[in-house]
Amino acid sequence: MRKVMTGNYASAYGAKAARAEVIAAYPITPQTSIVEKLAEFVSTGELRAKFVPVESEHSAMAACVSASILGARTYTATSSHGLALMHEVLMWASGARLPVVMTNVSRAMAPPWSVWVDHMDSVAERDTGWMQFFCESNQEVLDTIVMAYKVCESRGIMLPAMIIEDAFILSHTSEPVDVPDQDSVDSFLPGYDPEVKLEVGKPMGFGSLVRPDQYMEFRYKSMLAMREARNRILSVDKEFKQAFGRSYGGLLDEYMCDDAEVALVAAGSVAGTARTVVDRLRAKGMRVGLARIRAFRPFPFEEFRSLAGRVEGMAVLDRSYTHGAAGAFFTEILGALYDVPKRPAMKNYIAGLGGRDITPNVIETIFDDMFVRCKRGSDLQPEWMDVVGLPRRRS
Amino acid sequence: MHSLIEVRFHGRGGQGVVVASEVLANAAFKMGFEVASFPFFGVERRGAPVTAFARIDTSPIRIRSSIYEPDYVVVLDSSLLKGVDVLEGLKRSGTVFINYPDGKCLPTLPGDFTYFTLDATSIAAAHGIGSKVAPIVNTAMMGGFSRICDEVSLEAMVESILEKAPVKKEENAAAAREAYERTREVST
Repeated sequence: MRKVMTGNYASAYGAKAARAEVIAAYPITPQTSIVEKLAEFVSTGELRAKFVPVESEHSAMAACVSASILGARTYTATSSHGLALMHEVLMWASGARLPVVMTNVSRAMAPPWSVWVDHMDSVAERDTGWMQFFCESNQEVLDTIVMAYKVCESRGIMLPAMIIEDAFILSHTSEPVDVPDQDSVDSFLPGYDPEVKLEVGKPMGFGSLVRPDQYMEFRYKSMLAMREARNRILSVDKEFKQAFGRSYGGLLDEYMCDDAEVALVAAGSVAGTARTVVDRLRAKGMRVGLARIRAFRPFPFEEFRSLAGRVEGMAVLDRSYTHGAAGAFFTEILGALYDVPKRPAMKNYIAGLGGRDITPNVIETIFDDMFVRCKRGSDLQPEWMDVVGLPRRRS
Repeated sequence: MHSLIEVRFHGRGGQGVVVASEVLANAAFKMGFEVASFPFFGVERRGAPVTAFARIDTSPIRIRSSIYEPDYVVVLDSSLLKGVDVLEGLKRSGTVFINYPDGKCLPTLPGDFTYFTLDATSIAAAHGIGSKVAPIVNTAMMGGFSRICDEVSLEAMVESILEKAPVKKEENAAAAREAYERTREVST
């Protein structure tokens, strides 16, 4: 049934539809209404789950890890500094091969203090071994939670996933969302039944010390699992489309890219605004497209190499910045394209930090600039967009 | 790039500004429109100026940027007329809807726009919504808004209010119905 709800409620309905069995959480702006809604579902009996209020995000993830070892389907949600506080335990969840699913309401890091969107918190956790899915709409948030459990819990994968929902722009925006009926979700996503779990009467040790002659093999297997997750994300996307009629393009969601001269690469809610700009510029005869990074981990390596062969220019919009380098999306795409036969002109645009609005005008400026770069070649120096007092660098 | 209808709400923390935007979006959704409503959270403090927005369209709304040129401005607290430029970016021939006491003349405002007023504070207080000193005026204002905006009927608005009001559902619905009758266009 379609009803109007915020991104945060879409997250809560996603966890409910997936029948999460253990939810451990600590409140933080702008995530709080996710776990408030889940607490309500649990208290009214609409969701049969154990709700564990904890004293910090570190403990929230520790509780999810422990419950997951016992074979429970677990869910939590956090944001920014809460995610940073979880950092240590994120590594535990992935290293122990536990399919925890979490919403991160992506928010800028302090100081200066900010409660608004950017992707620094999420990007800073890219190396923790979690899958990362950036969402464009509240519907995608709900659907991706359901899909993520199916991917994460697959035999041979067994890795956690982070569903990234932009602060306020999704978390507090109300829009129509189709809540799938429970029977359909149940047949799409069966209950969680891991091969290995801790049971009463069957004691096991978890997280023991391994010597240098064993450690690398564990890491190698995690690497293989994440590589396999690529395929599973694509097949689950197809299965989801069959069951619910919606699909999100797998790892890299292309819009009007087939005959595009310039493609804008972006992630999260800004993709919606970018689509409207693409339509407007297309109407003027400009061959532009959007390539939306849906999965940042696993990285859409093959997809970018395919896109590179079709476009003259790739404008990469990062809503975060890795100081001393460039935007994380940009550097990773550069790396993926090192040995392709035809490399497009590339440029990195930094925009929308700390909730700064990325307007259609900003996106149009990027497209215009990139058309010039197509003729002149790549510019590897990132350009910061829409910074007060900073004149635009003319390509 | 613009949606069919874009609305900006001005009020103060505690008056239900954000809920007003959600009530409108939900009502328009019931009328068959695609909708999006969103707040701008400046400071989440009681009494501080709060802004919220709503888009209503016939096709799915993809844009995620803010609204800078609204068709309607709804002012839940007339004290904001001093100090906040509530008319900023309002489209030519746009409409302004202000919670304003009956029998008091509006201050001089630019003549390019259409003005409506409603004594939402009195109506909310009479229906016991919020406290006597700080009535919650959002549902009355949305009842009045359905009088001004052809796309959203009073019935859809009342249905939306019944869903969205956390308490005193019937009182909020009654306030909206009374507000519908008492909303009037004014000249400045």
